[in-house]
Amino acid sequence: MSLSALAAGAVVAARNPWPRYLVNEGEWRDASAALADGALTLIGLWGEVDCVHLAVLDAAQSDLAVLTLECVEGSFPSIGALHAPAIRFERAVEDLFGLEPKGAIDRRAWLDHGRWSAGAPLARTPHAARAPSYDFLPAEGESLHQVAVGPVHAGIIEPGHFRFTANGDTVVRLEERLGYAHKGVESLMAGADLERGLKLAGRVSGDSTVAYAFAFARAAEAALGIEAPPRAQRLRAVMAELERLANHFGDIGAICNDAAFVMMHAHCSVLRERVLRSADACFGHRLMRDFILPGGVARDIDASGVSHLRKGLRDWRRRFRGLITLYDETPSLEDRTVGTGIVKPELARQFGAGGFVGRASGRAFDARTAFPYPPYDRFTPEVPVLQEGDVDARVWIRIREAEHGMTLIERMLDDLPDGALRVETPACAGEGMALVEGFRGDVLVWLKLDAEAKIARCHLRDPSWMQWPLLEAAIEGNIVGDFPLCNKSFNCSYSGHDL
Amino acid sequence: MALTLRDLLVQGAQMALVLIVAPLLTGAVRAIKAHLVRRQGPSIFQPYRDLARLLRKEATMAENASWLFRVAPYLIFSATWIAAALVPTFAAGLVFSWAAALLAIVALLGGARFFLALAGMDVGTAFGGIGASREVMIAALAEPALIMIVFTLALIAGSTQLSTIAEFMQTPAVGLRVSLALALIALIIVAIAENSRMPIDNPATHLELTMVHEAMVLEYSARHLALIELASSLKLVAYISLIACVFLPWGIAPAASGWWELAIGAGAYVAKFSVCAVALAVFETSIAKLRVFRAPDFIGAALMLGLLAVLLRFVSQGL
Repeated sequence: MSLSALAAGAVVAARNPWPRYLVNEGEWRDASAALADGALTLIGLWGEVDCVHLAVLDAAQSDLAVLTLECVEGSFPSIGALHAPAIRFERAVEDLFGLEPKGAIDRRAWLDHGRWSAGAPLARTPHAARAPSYDFLPAEGESLHQVAVGPVHAGIIEPGHFRFTANGDTVVRLEERLGYAHKGVESLMAGADLERGLKLAGRVSGDSTVAYAFAFARAAEAALGIEAPPRAQRLRAVMAELERLANHFGDIGAICNDAAFVMMHAHCSVLRERVLRSADACFGHRLMRDFILPGGVARDIDASGVSHLRKGLRDWRRRFRGLITLYDETPSLEDRTVGTGIVKPELARQFGAGGFVGRASGRAFDARTAFPYPPYDRFTPEVPVLQEGDVDARVWIRIREAEHGMTLIERMLDDLPDGALRVETPACAGEGMALVEGFRGDVLVWLKLDAEAKIARCHLRDPSWMQWPLLEAAIEGNIVGDFPLCNKSFNCSYSGHDL
Repeated sequence: MALTLRDLLVQGAQMALVLIVAPLLTGAVRAIKAHLVRRQGPSIFQPYRDLARLLRKEATMAENASWLFRVAPYLIFSATWIAAALVPTFAAGLVFSWAAALLAIVALLGGARFFLALAGMDVGTAFGGIGASREVMIAALAEPALIMIVFTLALIAGSTQLSTIAEFMQTPAVGLRVSLALALIALIIVAIAENSRMPIDNPATHLELTMVHEAMVLEYSARHLALIELASSLKLVAYISLIACVFLPWGIAPAASGWWELAIGAGAYVAKFSVCAVALAVFETSIAKLRVFRAPDFIGAALMLGLLAVLLRFVSQGL
């Protein structure tokens, strides 16, 4: 069933820029069947008081729509019962809004660890607090043992719990438990003005602050019916590409470090640091936080900044070339990365994995080319795709994206348009959605504003939602000792996922 | 043989020397590795400070730790110290050289490892068990390889006494032997594996899931941890001394030599020691770690080389 067939006859609630249809239970079930047979791809599922929203992408990856179902009795037909990628979304919806997924196979709490003062805090009437107990899925068999890792880790990383069931050194099952970094972003968003909303969005996942601010700003602009000026659009993309570059450099080194190849890590860290310092020199902040605003950007770049960046790009390109050779010509390193942590293309497609995880497993989705938002309508990025799906493929996708990202920034700087940095944001009601490609994949923001342009409801969906479950699949059959390597090659966001 | 004050002093100096230089070796390898990846890194004396800090701290134990967990660090430390002190570093013909048979050293180090693996499993954590099982898997291959190397040396030098071997290796009678070259390569591989160095184990990692040696000692703290850390430094010293004593024996002061020769011996030892530290750091920086299940291939090579060396020696006395 295609998107157009699904939409036929449905009531359009909004169209900014993609349509949102009000559907009945039958149409909702049709959508879940279409998701299960692969005609549609799930790209988001979130709750609101008394209704649930489902964002889907059609098979050609050219059209997208949101389906909204009123939850009359506080429940909705479970999509996860037919389509596994929806399970964690539904558990989160139930934790936050108390809306019950009817027929769901897994009703355990996900974000709520029983430490909140009330259950379903965003529901019309919050429940009593949940019990903190949690049952991990059983794995039975002779000579199986469990290894529990986290939520506190030895390195400086975010909190998450990993429960391995292993047979000796071979992983039989991995189960993740996330939610430790939950900070209630969605409830903080409610009632906030756009300025505060932007700040919150920029703090959802620190390494993707530009991508989040970009997505939030675009959603707000769609809701208010305004468009950022050309110069602002260009600067946004330059910042987004710089962020991608810095993160890819850091990741490539960190992956090699988890194979205990320190040389690559040291040089990549230097490279990442150079990008961050250039960002600091050009924009005044290493991570370029809070510079993208609804309606434009907060800071301009001057001629010296542009020439600084150009010089930097030449230098980075030269250094990076040497590092690619080092990666490519170290057999002991490739022995670790090739064939490790394979994600099958069918799974990547089923889960709608974006970013390097999807592209390393044959899913060529990039929000910049699928729904080209300005200035990517003029600067079409190349989207590298590999079929292998192993750690090595995820490294090579990053390498290709970083290389191309440098070219893209140079081209964007070549004819930087002049003009205003910002347009005024009117105070009016509206609803908007945006899909922006961060370094991990597509960040989705859905925003509803009230008459004073205060946030009525804002949902931020990190690309990690689609990638975390694949990590569980990737590690199966690998050895316990390869988990850090696989995990780093995914580099999913804990904070972005836990909200 | 009458025991003179000089003999006692030399033996005492040897025992003190290995204990004192052991943390320095660890610190030096770390400092060189840091330098190689353009980090500043801590001073080479940092391991001494760490040991002093650990000794001051209060020891905490897992609730279900048995007596074995408590005594293991002392057993591991003393066995390793004795093994390290038995290998001639700067002077041959020590008071204890009658005991310094290669097989005794292998047995002492093997005993220390046995207790370490037991202690790793004692508290029943997942990581301790994983570490112990990995360690024993590695040992199951490294130990026979070491025995093969001992056989080769014993067949060539006619003794398993290290002093005798060292003296024999300095005579022209040794000649150029294929067996010795094979034994040297095998010994280096065994030394890397036994000391939990790259590519078998990453001594600098914080990733519990990938650890071998570190996973077993995760539950130790304070003085117990200090003893285990010192023991692993001592083990590295023992292996480096062993390689130096057998394959680079030049400069070792012969039995009953004067103070001057002892000084030359000490100087030569420091030089060999530094070369090995640099070589180890460079090697560790230039490769990635092996998967646990690939480790047997690597150590198996040592076993094969050792076996080949013994066979060659048997088949042809001249080779």
